[in-house]
Amino acid sequence: MVNIAIMGDYDSIYGFKALGVKVCPVTDPLEAEQMLKKLAEEKTAVIYITEALASRIPEALALYDESMLPAVIPIPGISGNTGIGLARVRKCVEKAVGSDIIFNEKS
Amino acid sequence: MASTQIIPTRMELAKQKRRLSTAMRGHKLLKDKRDELMRQFLDLVRENKLLRERVEEAMKRANAGFLMARAATSDQVLNTALLAPKQQVFLETQVKNIMSVEVPAFEKKTRTDKAGDIFSYGFAFTAPELDDAVSALNETLPDLLRLAEVEKSCRLMSAEIEKTRRRVNALEHQIIPDAQAKIKFITMKLDENERSTQIRLMKIQDMMVAEAMEKARKMQEAL
Repeated sequence: MVNIAIMGDYDSIYGFKALGVKVCPVTDPLEAEQMLKKLAEEKTAVIYITEALASRIPEALALYDESMLPAVIPIPGISGNTGIGLARVRKCVEKAVGSDIIFNEKS
Repeated sequence: MASTQIIPTRMELAKQKRRLSTAMRGHKLLKDKRDELMRQFLDLVRENKLLRERVEEAMKRANAGFLMARAATSDQVLNTALLAPKQQVFLETQVKNIMSVEVPAFEKKTRTDKAGDIFSYGFAFTAPELDDAVSALNETLPDLLRLAEVEKSCRLMSAEIEKTRRRVNALEHQIIPDAQAKIKFITMKLDENERSTQIRLMKIQDMMVAEAMEKARKMQEAL
């Protein structure tokens, strides 16, 4: 049994508590990196992270790109959508195909 | 071309031919793998895009609700309300194999089955926005989990596709032409050697015949 966690500023994530998701309120990038590491070591399967926080620790996120677990997924927080989540998917397509063929019809 | 460094022998020729046939088979297999990976990847990525758009929209609505709830309720009341959640979600992870890429598959498990258990508080002291936001978030949860699964799979597959593409290209543009050039070089060299041996033998035969005839003529003259 592995669980789900969410990281970010308290205002963005406190609602997840009601669903039984592990809530880890952090705003400091350094603390966030440590928290991410700790969660990964605890074999957390899915770690959601607010986009605002994710954009500040890209290196830490890249660490878990190659491994199967945990899946670190940026989601929009209370401060709004920064587009980093979609940008990550776009980068993924570019890496695989060589050019962005999924999103270019939009931009 | 490295043709100057190789030794033109039959053994080397056999070795190169073996290498070429292995490379060709590998190239074909890897190309098939790349094509199939790419097909599945594109399907997944399209789903990923749709899911992400949907989740982001739903999160925006839920977040607005939480913001309103936080504004309408005092911190203490809100903290108490969410202090002891009744519900808990677990994930059961399985490993799925897509063209030798191991991707996770999640299955959601909740501690209790009752839908109302997401509300761990009495409704008397909290803002109604909180209830709406919590139930909206609960509805988004399956999408969120599927997004995690799909996004991780995309990420892992894109790395594998890149690796496979590099291998296919290396085989197609480097290893196979190289082996072909070597084989050509060796066959030419061997043929050339054979011709030169033949000529040499013919020459020697001519010389021997001429010598024998000379000998025969001399013997006749002596008689």
